Amino acid sequence: MTQSLAPQADVVILGAGQAGLQAALSLREEGFAGTIQMIGDEAVLPYQRPPLSKGFLLGAVTEDALVLRPQAMLDKTDIRLAAGVAATRIERAARRVHLADGRSCGYEHLVIATGSRVRSWTGQGGELAGVATLRTLADARALGALLEAAGDVVVIGAGFIGLEFAAVAAKRGKQVHVVEAADRVMARAVTPAISAFFRERHEIAGVQFRFGAAVEGIVGPAGRVTGVALAGGETLPADLVLVGIGGIANAEIAAEAGLAVDNGIVVDALLQTADPAVSAIGDCCNHPNPFAGGRMRLESVQNAIDQGRVVAARIAGKPQPYHAVPWFWSDQGDLKLQMAGLTTGFDAQVAIGDRDAARFSLIAFRAGQLIGVESVNRPGDNMLARRILALPAPPTYGEAEAAGFDLKALAAGVKVQA
Amino acid sequence: MPRVTFLDPRGRPATIDAAAGVSLMLAAVRAQVPGVLGECGGSLACATCHVYVDPAFAAGLPPVSPAEDEMLDATASERRATSRLSCQIVLTDALDGLVVTVPDAQI
Repeated sequence: MTQSLAPQADVVILGAGQAGLQAALSLREEGFAGTIQMIGDEAVLPYQRPPLSKGFLLGAVTEDALVLRPQAMLDKTDIRLAAGVAATRIERAARRVHLADGRSCGYEHLVIATGSRVRSWTGQGGELAGVATLRTLADARALGALLEAAGDVVVIGAGFIGLEFAAVAAKRGKQVHVVEAADRVMARAVTPAISAFFRERHEIAGVQFRFGAAVEGIVGPAGRVTGVALAGGETLPADLVLVGIGGIANAEIAAEAGLAVDNGIVVDALLQTADPAVSAIGDCCNHPNPFAGGRMRLESVQNAIDQGRVVAARIAGKPQPYHAVPWFWSDQGDLKLQMAGLTTGFDAQVAIGDRDAARFSLIAFRAGQLIGVESVNRPGDNMLARRILALPAPPTYGEAEAAGFDLKALAAGVKVQA
Repeated sequence: MPRVTFLDPRGRPATIDAAAGVSLMLAAVRAQVPGVLGECGGSLACATCHVYVDPAFAAGLPPVSPAEDEMLDATASERRATSRLSCQIVLTDALDGLVVTVPDAQI
């Protein structure tokens, strides 16, 4: 890993996560011969984050296995990386990025791939020892050490990170409570039927939930957390609290440079900002998404990779709008949850598979159109669903019904007359 | 240090020296073997690391799990008897000389 910084580059990529690295790699695959400079604020090689909340904490995935590309490969493909230094300012008029260490780098094109950060706990007790968040490798190392010593774990927020961590903690024999403001788990991301299933399974694994809960404060008399106080009087015992209450786009640097920011850096379908020399991709951008029927910000590996490819193709002279099918996964204990498409606003749902055996999928429809498929331990269904959603005309409810909700037939584009 | 040869869909070889203990997918991705994507990082969530393994090495491979089997049924390129997801093959010295073919498409 290096701190190599060119004074001037054809493409500067701010952020060395999954999106930024993909943009750099795809530029080379597209035959782009100009200089590429990546700048990342973590002092490590680009790495994958998903295992941090799962295999890494269980000791099944090593730090080395997280690294996406070794330094030798970056060198070989002539991708320069300045790692461990933050960018502080974008000077758009001069097309120059300024870094915290006083250096700067000029660009012909700037790709902002600064990602997102965890929303921190602003209420009482956020500063106590034993209160953690999880986003970076450094976070995961710290959390691993805390978990080792912990007996009572409280997770604030029943989203993906919170539940993945709760499953790990329960598996390691900890007493685990999950506190959630909504009335179900993963409420913003999955349908109620999936929420209900995961709640059941986590409860069987020993996790206890408090739904509709308001946290009064994280408490600890001597600088170290001892509990989480809820409105209504209950205090849950805790020597480790993981706060998993969502992410915030790292968009300040763009806003300060006069670019539009609205829950992420605003880009068009080509992932370009209002400044033709500046693009934004991955977690940090707010983009028009055909599957959302509007603008959205997505925090996912799929979005990072596919947007990295789209921006690289455009810079290399092959512009194409972003229209990749959204897909996600979350491994919680022995359950693999996968989603294809976006199920927001669904009005009909069909189950296939065997719920009791924890192997099933739910096909969601809105206004008679197939819009998404959620799968539990049915990875083949997820792959077929992604193919179905990528079809020029995804099946209607009637067509899906006529095909017996057979995803394989639907993926092949076979349409039976209803 | 097992050596692995990747044949592209037209049969042109690229040989890499991999470390024992890492998956075939990770070794290929880090060496930037064209056509092996590994988008999910080995979480059995994407099937973009599909390869065809030379039958001579079949006996030395770990068995296909039910999840891998299901995913191989839905790969972008046709499934053959020799199809595997390379993230599920951990390289060992016993696999030195392994030869695999990369399919036409992963997505």
